[in-house]
Amino acid sequence: MGNLIKSLGAVRYLNQEKIVFLLTVMLFAVFSLILPNFLAANNILSLIRSVAVLGILGLGMLIVVLGRGIDLSLVANMAISVAWSLQLVSGGMSVASAMTVGLLFALGMSLITGLLIAYAEIPSLFATLAMATFVYGFGRAHLITGTDVVYLPSDIGWIIHLGQGTLLGIPTPILVAGAVALIAYLFLRFTKPGRFIYAIGDNFVTARTGGMPVRPMLVVQYVIAGGIAFIAGIVTATSAQAMNTRVVNSNMIYDVILVVVLGGVGLSGGRGNVRNVIVGTLLIGVLMNGMTIMDLQYTVQNVVKSLILLVAIVADSILNPRDEQTGQQGDI
Amino acid sequence: MKKLTQLAVTAAALAALTVGSVATRADESTDAFRGPALASLKGKTIAYLPISLGFDLAQAWGGVVKTEAQRYGINFKAQDPNWVTSAMAQGMTSLIAEHPDVIVTQNPDVQSLARLLKQANAAGIAVIQMNMQGAVQTDAYVGPDFVALGEQAAKMMVAKCGKDTQTSHKVSLVEGVPTGGVSFYQIEGIKKVFAENPEIKVVSSQAADWDASKARAITETVIQQNPDLCGVIDVWDGQAVGTGAAIKQAGKQGQVYFVTSGGGAQASCDRLADGTFSTFINYDAPGMGRDAWTAIMTYLQNKQKAGAIKTQIYSPLRVMTKADVKAGTCWDPEQYAKLLR
Repeated sequence: MGNLIKSLGAVRYLNQEKIVFLLTVMLFAVFSLILPNFLAANNILSLIRSVAVLGILGLGMLIVVLGRGIDLSLVANMAISVAWSLQLVSGGMSVASAMTVGLLFALGMSLITGLLIAYAEIPSLFATLAMATFVYGFGRAHLITGTDVVYLPSDIGWIIHLGQGTLLGIPTPILVAGAVALIAYLFLRFTKPGRFIYAIGDNFVTARTGGMPVRPMLVVQYVIAGGIAFIAGIVTATSAQAMNTRVVNSNMIYDVILVVVLGGVGLSGGRGNVRNVIVGTLLIGVLMNGMTIMDLQYTVQNVVKSLILLVAIVADSILNPRDEQTGQQGDI
Repeated sequence: MKKLTQLAVTAAALAALTVGSVATRADESTDAFRGPALASLKGKTIAYLPISLGFDLAQAWGGVVKTEAQRYGINFKAQDPNWVTSAMAQGMTSLIAEHPDVIVTQNPDVQSLARLLKQANAAGIAVIQMNMQGAVQTDAYVGPDFVALGEQAAKMMVAKCGKDTQTSHKVSLVEGVPTGGVSFYQIEGIKKVFAENPEIKVVSSQAADWDASKARAITETVIQQNPDLCGVIDVWDGQAVGTGAAIKQAGKQGQVYFVTSGGGAQASCDRLADGTFSTFINYDAPGMGRDAWTAIMTYLQNKQKAGAIKTQIYSPLRVMTKADVKAGTCWDPEQYAKLLR
């Protein structure tokens, strides 16, 4: 009995991030044993590569969630801004100007989102939900005039290397995701705005009383997320040779939230870091890759994915019961 | 002399008769069948409800039908459920209430709309199903015989990867939405041929959900697991772009035999030209638009009850390789998208 309590005590040091990391390691070990070629270097690279875009979007979501917000317009912003850029290139605009226009569109839309949330004080859930619909609807009606899948023009230039090709044997999407992760880490950890985001997410009122520019900071978060969405879109489009605006209707945005929450980032703001997102993304990557090798249909894949999420959440709530401190008001 | 006068009088009379008859029938054609045909078309209503108006096939069908409808004074209206099955079912329900003369639609999967299409027929509305056949037969199905198309693709694969070849015989199938007609019937045909050629090993048969990104991710993993993969069949060119990208990025272009099919929009010709697709089975979407228009004219002019005559209008297929791609071989979806705006 004493032993049991002791081991339970050890278990208490586990937080969700560690649980998910352990789960990832276990799955990895099992797949390595039962699936031929799973451990091959190429497969590991393709595993990470397949979730690189998800990871990049997860980082955008992280920055918003840390400030106790949520951005449901990430995928819409990504799809429409990049699809429009590609269409402009097909229409004869130079690659550089088309990309600038697309980026400015993404930043502009997320700026509006940020203003709505920070100054009009609309809850982020509703503001971004509405903006997602607006961006998609406006884009489909007025910007993307042909098919809803915009194919990559053949004269796209060096940008194609962001999605295809390798550097030192590593596929470039992984490197792009790594670079975004590093910058996000440095930003959150060492810059004043980065620390402000944590403070605002942890306690909005205290942050404001402490003299932080809370409203401008909220806007900045969403604009950063919009910029990251554009990067994710470029990687998607150049690797699949097309930008499919239909992803806006898919459950991709939930996958993005999934990797963030799975890694242990608190939706109530202020808690979490880049490492959490990486862990969450890797778990999904290992799962998806293993299931593809096992030739499971995607409906079955979705069931397994959601079960894993439930297991992680249940384990977390058993090991870290909610108390007054963790059960903050404003938790989604 | 008398004879001559007689002749002149007769000629004059004849001329007067002709002039008279031309004068009285100035607005009628000498073609007796045109009038009733035009009358049966004029003022009718066609409702167009594809899965989405945002993709090449639906744009071509709708564009062709709308152009012809306008020419003959038929009202044409289109709805865009934007890939949402429930929105589509809702749209169909309200269409049945609105009671147009003809509904041109497309099933998102075999079952979802089946009951509603039956209701529409029962309510006296002719229903034309495009490309994605549902579980119920209505006035017309317009699209390829997908079982045969699957068989054809599989036979091409057997020729390149079968027992007479020095290959691994490994083949990967990329499905769309597994319950969608295009995917469901094609896979049926493919599996039938592969069953007769047991040396073919299907190493993967997964659904990409009509999404190029998913198709790319699936195929990338499949090639990693099977570096000696011999061939890939993708059930639709819209997602096959992603499958092709994965083959290309793995450095297997030319080694992996890649067959896909679609409506023949410009993007497919481009992919044939750059070697992404090895072989393309083209079912010509503007041609399908014409078939749909033919079915509409047949129904409206013959004044039969809706659903009285049921026809499978199978689209002609054209097998294309790089050599067949010339300027103007494929069509530009933008041109038809404009018509539907």
